[in-house]
This record gives sequence, structure tokens and C-alpha cells, in this order.
Amino acid sequence: MSATPDSGRFSRRFAALKAEGRGGLITFITAGDPNYEISKEIVLGLPAAGADVIELGMPFSDPMADGPAIQAASLRALATGMKLGKVLQMVREFRATDDDTPIVLMGYYNPIYNYGVDKFLAEARESGVDGLIIVDLPPEEDVELCLPALKAGLNFIRLATPTTDDHRLPTVLSNTSGFVYYVSVMGITGTTSATGDAVKAAVERLRRHTDLPIGVGFGIKTPENAREVATVADAAVVGSAIVDRIAGGLDGNGKPEAGLVDGVLDYVRELAAGVRGSGDKQ
Amino acid sequence: MTQKINTYRAGPDEQGHFGIFGGRFVAETLMPLILEVEKAWDAAQADPSFDEELQYYFKHYVGRPSPLYFAKRLTEHFGGAKIYFKRDELNHTGAHKINNCMGQILLARRMGKTRIIAETGAGQHGVATATVCALFNLPCTIYMGSKDIERQAPNVFRMKLLGAEVKSVTSGSNSLKDAMNEALRDWVANVEDTFYIIGTAAGPHPYPAMVRDFQSVIGRETREQMMEAEGRLPDSLVACIGGGSNAIGLFHPFLDDTDIKIIGVEAAGLGVDTDKHAASLTGGRPGVLHGNRTYLLQDDDGQILEAHSISAGLDYPGIGPEHSWLYESGRVEYVSATDKEALEAFQLCSRTEGIIPALEPSHALAYVSKIAGDLPKDHILCMNMCGRGDKDIFTVAEALGVKI
Ligand SMILES: Cc1ncc(COP(=O)(O)O)c(C=O)c1O
Repeated sequence: MSATPDSGRFSRRFAALKAEGRGGLITFITAGDPNYEISKEIVLGLPAAGADVIELGMPFSDPMADGPAIQAASLRALATGMKLGKVLQMVREFRATDDDTPIVLMGYYNPIYNYGVDKFLAEARESGVDGLIIVDLPPEEDVELCLPALKAGLNFIRLATPTTDDHRLPTVLSNTSGFVYYVSVMGITGTTSATGDAVKAAVERLRRHTDLPIGVGFGIKTPENAREVATVADAAVVGSAIVDRIAGGLDGNGKPEAGLVDGVLDYVRELAAGVRGSGDKQ
Repeated sequence: MTQKINTYRAGPDEQGHFGIFGGRFVAETLMPLILEVEKAWDAAQADPSFDEELQYYFKHYVGRPSPLYFAKRLTEHFGGAKIYFKRDELNHTGAHKINNCMGQILLARRMGKTRIIAETGAGQHGVATATVCALFNLPCTIYMGSKDIERQAPNVFRMKLLGAEVKSVTSGSNSLKDAMNEALRDWVANVEDTFYIIGTAAGPHPYPAMVRDFQSVIGRETREQMMEAEGRLPDSLVACIGGGSNAIGLFHPFLDDTDIKIIGVEAAGLGVDTDKHAASLTGGRPGVLHGNRTYLLQDDDGQILEAHSISAGLDYPGIGPEHSWLYESGRVEYVSATDKEALEAFQLCSRTEGIIPALEPSHALAYVSKIAGDLPKDHILCMNMCGRGDKDIFTVAEALGVKI
């Protein structure tokens, strides 16, 4: 297979984190929430606020694995005319200001399938996307997008979950690259969180199967949570809690209030301070 | 494309594909469970005692076989084809939905699951699920769009009487697709003890095939009963399509009898040339939703559109994957009927045959009324009367401007 090499941003970033001796912060927002301009401002501000990896949600009308916060974010973005092509546009604009921070697009398969897989992959790679997380594409459907993505030089980041047992883990890890995303709870985004002990045990189990960096997410809400997770894993992923800050910055009519962007970035700074306290990694 | 198909009944393949349709597009959390359901279903099919138990309940609880009835007055009214109704509206709970629920709950019990969830549109699947849960003493949560809760109030109350918890879904378009999203969200959080009884021949593999197999009792009985009544098989079959379970149940045993014309009727709402319809094959294109690739109503960005139909049970922007395949292979013809045509058929059937049909099969009948008169008198047409209309009298009264 004449695969395009990947961008190398993940390996450089995780190597740098290792050198710093701390876990990373992966932040999620939905692209276009609450509208293109504000969302872009947030994204452009994320690296300086301390995000080590940026996850950008591709809005979808039927986000089956997401809780109310991210569902609402998707609908807000779609209501202002966000489309898949504009998500790529936002990445391009981001890359003009930052060539180091890895960007992962996260979402559901239908908009990509509809856009055309090859066209999407080529444009994603060209615009500066480093990896994809597609919630409704398990390894059983690898021929759809995972294999073409790897060939096109994009990482395909798989979700491992508490239901992925030792027997199934190798299947899940087989075509995974960039990092592994461990979903620490059974459930949708933004609901419960796992205990520190459970996360620790899960990360140890994953490490027996893979050398890839491990990001852990679902239910992380405070800088303390983030620190705890970033101490045992290679990164903590925070999504709904950031998205909640965006929702909180809207007035009663859903119009963004002044200070929304600062409020979101201040919160990211707190989370970043949290993971920076994860220094004494065992 | 000129390749001749030997059988239309072989699908799906091991990965759950009917041609390019079907598959298993679900979150990793669900995947191990989906594989477990598949394994349990394979084992159940290989175990004669599973079918014995199912047949017992079909006969003594559901009331099968359902009659095949010659609709004499409608036949005379149209003046052409001989019209038969396969009367699945006479099943316990008033629709074909219970065939599938009975099968799935027996499987859930075999798997040791202790909690049941389901989505519902018209409420017929919700009622059927709540019914089998009462029968087997399992707790049951039904997800239903808030819009459907309003227009199907009698069924909501029925579910509650049967002991089910009915959860109102207010996300997205507040109807069937959103109820399905919500049920999937529940399942992801409760995979260990919960079985999801999907109500139509859609969802991730093995559901489309499994639901079809449970519903195929309709077509198998029809074959036998038609031989008894007429000494031959029918010339055409007609059924309405929401997700497509009653239709595939009638059609599947006949797919390889290629002389038989098979017609599926989608809901055209206010018209397929408007943006208010539910005809996924006529007005949609292939996409991926709710675990399978199939025809979907979607915008140019791949966002799923709201469907519209006067019939809550047909108000779904997708269709089971096997129908998408049968559509592309040309074996089954798919047409549509509007809200208005269905309402007319609803009234006609009530007055002419003394059968108040559900709004869903009223769509099938609406199409029958278009073609029957032009067919020869020795043409035998069998339509699936898959549900009774008691649940719809409020909707119909409102549409007709009658206060009750
Ligand atoms: C009586 C009846 N017919 C048809 C349907 C549509 O489902 P399907 O196409 O799966 O038969 C429903 C769904 O609620 C129904 O209640």
C-alpha cells in the first residue's frame, strides 16, 4: 500500500509532553458553535490557553452517542449554516496561525459519506487535519473510511470502551493510530464520570496491548478531574464541560454575549493548569 | 448489471450487508453487545425449542394464524382485481408489531437480559413491547417523540396501563428518528442488563434480518392460506412501508416467485415534490443512520431531514436496508401515497368492509385503490392489513374537521 505518511504532529506533540513529564489536555468543541466566527475565535485561542490537542466536532443532526450538551451544540452550529466544508475551512484558517497543534475531527459518518470519502480525505489532509474520530465506524466497518484515511495520511483514532474486553481490544487497536481514545464510562458524552481507580486500571489494561498514547475522556468536568486523569493517562479529554461554557455565554435568545470567548478560554486555562499539575507521573 | 440473481432471499452476508446496504455502524460501546445478539440469534435459530416456544405464543397469545380475508365489497367497488387482506390487525394489540416483539423478548430472556427498551412512533410497537414485557414480567422503558405522544394519546395510556415507563423525547424533530436516537443513548449506558427491541427491520445487523425473520410468519401463512383459498399464489402483493417490517414480512417468502409483482407503498405526506413527506426511496439517497446504510431523507450536507406523514408509524426518514437493496435490484416496486389519499382509503375501508384500518395500511390501500380497477378480474392481489385504526380516530377526526 502506497500510504502517505501522516503529518507527524501527534508523535511530536506526545513526545514533547513526555519530555515535559506531564499529561496533555485535549479540548473538544463543535465547529460552528454558536456560529462560525466565534467558534473560530475560540479555536484560534485554544493553544495559547493551554490545549495540547484540539478536537473539533463536525456537527450532525443525529448525534446518537452524545448527551444533551453536545447535541445542542450540533444543533446551534447547524442552525447558523455550518457544513462539513466549513469545518475544513476553519481548520485551514487555524493552520495559518498554528502549525504544531494536532487537530482531530470528531463526528459521525453520514456527512462524510455524503461529501464523498476520497474528496473529504484529500481536503482534510490538505487543510491540516491530523486525525479522525468517527463514532459510528467500529473496526467491522474499516473499509469504509479507516483504511482509506490511513492511506491518505490521516490518523484514525479509535474509541476503546469499558465493554471492549481483552479479546476484542486487538481488533479495536489494529488500525488505530495517533492515539487511543479511552471512553471511561458506558454511556453518552457529558453524563457520569469514572472513578480514578477505574481509569487507572483501564489505562494499565490498555498499555498491555499498545504503545500508542492514551487519551481518556467522558465526564471530565474540573481541573482536578483533568489532573487526576492526566496523571495516569497521556492526556485528558474535556468536551461537554467546555461546550457548557459556550452555552452559558448565550443570552435568553441564544445570542452570544460579550465575553463568551474569554469565558471559554479562561476555563480552558484552568483545565490546562490542572494537567500541568500532573507532573509526577508514576 | 446484467448478472442474473438466483435468489433474492440469501441476504444478508456475514457482515450484515444486503448489497451495499445494511452493516453495523454503531459506537464501540455497543459493538460487543451487537455481536452477542447476533450469536444468541444464531443459536436460537439452531435450537428447535426456541421456535416451539415462539409458535406456542403466536398461537395462544397473539392469535395466529391471522385470517386471509377476501374483501368482497371492496373488490366489487373497484371492479377489477380480487382483493385479499392479510389480517394482521386482528393480532393481539392490533398490529403486526407483536410478531417481532414476541420473538425478540424470547431472545432477550435467553440472553439473560433483565430490562427492555424500545422506540415507538405510532405507539403500536411501544404497546406491543409493553405487552410482552408485562407477560414476562420485565421492566420496560419506551422512548417516544413528544410530537407522537400528542397525536397517539390512546397508545401512550395503553403503554402506561401495561406497566411501561414512557419517556418523552424532545430532541431533534421530536418524532420516531429522535426516539430511536434516545433509545440508542439509553442502550449505550445500560449495555449490561438491557435488550433493545427495535421495532422495524432496520438498525445494525442482525436486527434487519432478525426482525424480517420474525415478521415472515405473515408471508408464510399467506402462501398457505392463498393456496387453500384459490389453489394458487397471488399475482401481486402490496404493503405500506415505514421502516419496512410488515412489508418485508409479507414479501420475503415470495421474493423468489418472480412472477409475483411486489409493491411497497411509502408515505408521500403532502406530496413527494414537497419537503413534507416520508418517502425515503422515492425522495432520498443512500446514507448511514441508526446502524445501517440505507436510503435516507437528507440535505446536501448529509444532515438527516425531518420526515412528515399523517401516520406516525410511517413518519421516519429512513427505511430498512433490505428494501433499499430490493429497490436497487428492481425486484420490488416502491410507490407512494399522500396523507389525503390515505385518509380517503381509511374511510372507504371502514364503510365498505367494516374494518377501520390503521393510517399506515391505509397508505397501502390508497395505492390498491389506484390500480385495482384496471387489473383483470382474475388478478389476485393481497394487501397486508397490518394494523387497526382505533389509535388513529383522533387524528382522522381532526383531519376531517370533526370534534370528538
Ligand atoms: C400498523 C402499523 N403499520 C406499519 C407501521 C410501520 O412500520 P413497518 O414499516 O416496520 O411495518 C407501523 C409502525 O408503527 C404500524 O403501527
